[in-house]
Amino acid sequence: MAHEVHGMVEKRGAGLWLTHVFMIFGVLVIFFPIWLAFVASTVSQPEIVSPPMPIWPGDRFWENYKAALFSGVNVPVATMLLNSLVMAVGIAVGKIIISLLSAFAIVYFRFPGRITFFWLIFLTLMLPVEVRIVPTFEVVAGFGMLNSYYGLIFPLIASATATFLFRQFFLTIPDELAEAARVDGASPMRFFIDIVVPMSRTNIAALFVILFIFGWNQYLWPLLITTDPEMNTIVMGIKQMFPSGDDVAEWPVIMATSILAMIPPVIVVVSMQRLFVRGLVDSEK
Amino acid sequence: MDKRVTFRGWILPLLLIAPQVLISAVFFFYPATQAIWQSLFIPDPFGLSAQFVGFGNFEFLLGDKFYRASFLTTAVFSILVTLCSMVPALFLAVLADRLIKGSGVYRTLLIWPYAVAPAVAGVLWLFMFNTRVGVVSWYLGQLGYDWNHVLNGGEAMGLVVVASAWGRISYNFLFFFAALQSVPRSVIEAAAIDGARFWRRFFTIVLPLLSPTTFFLLVVNIVYAFFETFGVIHTITAGGPQQTTTILVYKVFSDGFVGQDLGSSSAQSVILLIVVGLLTVVQFKYIEKRVHY
Repeated sequence: MAHEVHGMVEKRGAGLWLTHVFMIFGVLVIFFPIWLAFVASTVSQPEIVSPPMPIWPGDRFWENYKAALFSGVNVPVATMLLNSLVMAVGIAVGKIIISLLSAFAIVYFRFPGRITFFWLIFLTLMLPVEVRIVPTFEVVAGFGMLNSYYGLIFPLIASATATFLFRQFFLTIPDELAEAARVDGASPMRFFIDIVVPMSRTNIAALFVILFIFGWNQYLWPLLITTDPEMNTIVMGIKQMFPSGDDVAEWPVIMATSILAMIPPVIVVVSMQRLFVRGLVDSEK
Repeated sequence: MDKRVTFRGWILPLLLIAPQVLISAVFFFYPATQAIWQSLFIPDPFGLSAQFVGFGNFEFLLGDKFYRASFLTTAVFSILVTLCSMVPALFLAVLADRLIKGSGVYRTLLIWPYAVAPAVAGVLWLFMFNTRVGVVSWYLGQLGYDWNHVLNGGEAMGLVVVASAWGRISYNFLFFFAALQSVPRSVIEAAAIDGARFWRRFFTIVLPLLSPTTFFLLVVNIVYAFFETFGVIHTITAGGPQQTTTILVYKVFSDGFVGQDLGSSSAQSVILLIVVGLLTVVQFKYIEKRVHY
């Protein structure tokens, strides 16, 4: 019986093939922009400026990627990649560390101002950097942090999503563990380092994936504070490669840069797919 | 909510929260207060002094036809982005859910665009529709349609909507797929035994069961369209032509940084802050309701 019903619910035969056909079509449509960018990054400028451009890759892969990585337009793309990497890792690691510490404090201690602090960090959930750009820019400029990694990183770790996540998780750690630690005379920090952090490693990893993508894909903030091309990140730097006025853009180099800009986050997402999905679902709860 | 077992002392916990308090105070609370404060003034062009105008900046904004147009643009834009990213995602998720084998492969492939930054997505779509070299615009030209998003506001809007929705399809797909997988098989099979065909089952049983996920995604996608699409707009249209794609966040940027009108830009920030606040409240209300889910 169950077997027959199974056949009614999951598709077999012609229906199954049709589902696969639709699915493949969907994937192709969604992939098309990326494919086209890849093709453009392997052909020559004349092939692009006399449309329609080819639909299959050409033979200039190495030339274009070498030109992008080591010369670029304003600055070598390798430099921008490094800046993006520092920014993304800095944001992910920085936010995870300060959030672990403060979540540990609000869950495992009773201290004056705890509730106030809790509500204050709650407020920071509400305000994306896009909304407070002008005053934040002034603060960063005041500290002399324009065109620096500090300026790129600090304003973006000032929000409390991660603190909330860790708080939720710490609340599920059995009380017996803290009890035992106290009985054994372990200091709070011992307990934190030996028990709490190792227990949170899956959450830490999942959050790292989400925050890395978040940091890597930032656009507006680096656009404002990195006026020196040497400090540009790759995601904001692509737009800077377009000429102003009527000059024709160097499409092969620009598209090679676009592909380079998406490789690190794609690798992170695809290779850590399970953690990523988990982090996504957790952080939006 | 609270732990039964806690540690003693209050100096250590204060030290532990110090980094977060410090960073939030300097890079969050101070700038946010500044935004509210500045919204009450009109600074002189040299930034030497400022004249207190109360709610003058707000009154001016609400009466300003460009600002109201930007509100309308944002509403149209976010509704379209939400629709264009959720409908295809749901369709693909339903398909993937019907497959016993291979759905993992499709999922891996469909996750890709999520990792692509909005600004990079903007460049990819700009390349396809570029008036001079774009492949799609060239083929449209062959079909007799003269594509020009640089001059045509409607086409510009269409392009930024599609470019913004593209990466979101992955995100929505993941959530819809997870939700579909958790729909109890027994319910579906019972309906199948009663002779309900696939689409009937979908609309009467599956879709209502998906409503918490759908509502959640609605809010999240609107927030995305409001704030995270700046990169798409800036790379493709820069708010043009004639401000037809100037969404609110873009206007804060262009008035504050390009136009140097700090009072107005701050007032706009404050208005956006209220909008985010409202959206957050809606989201939290919903989460409270979802506890039994």
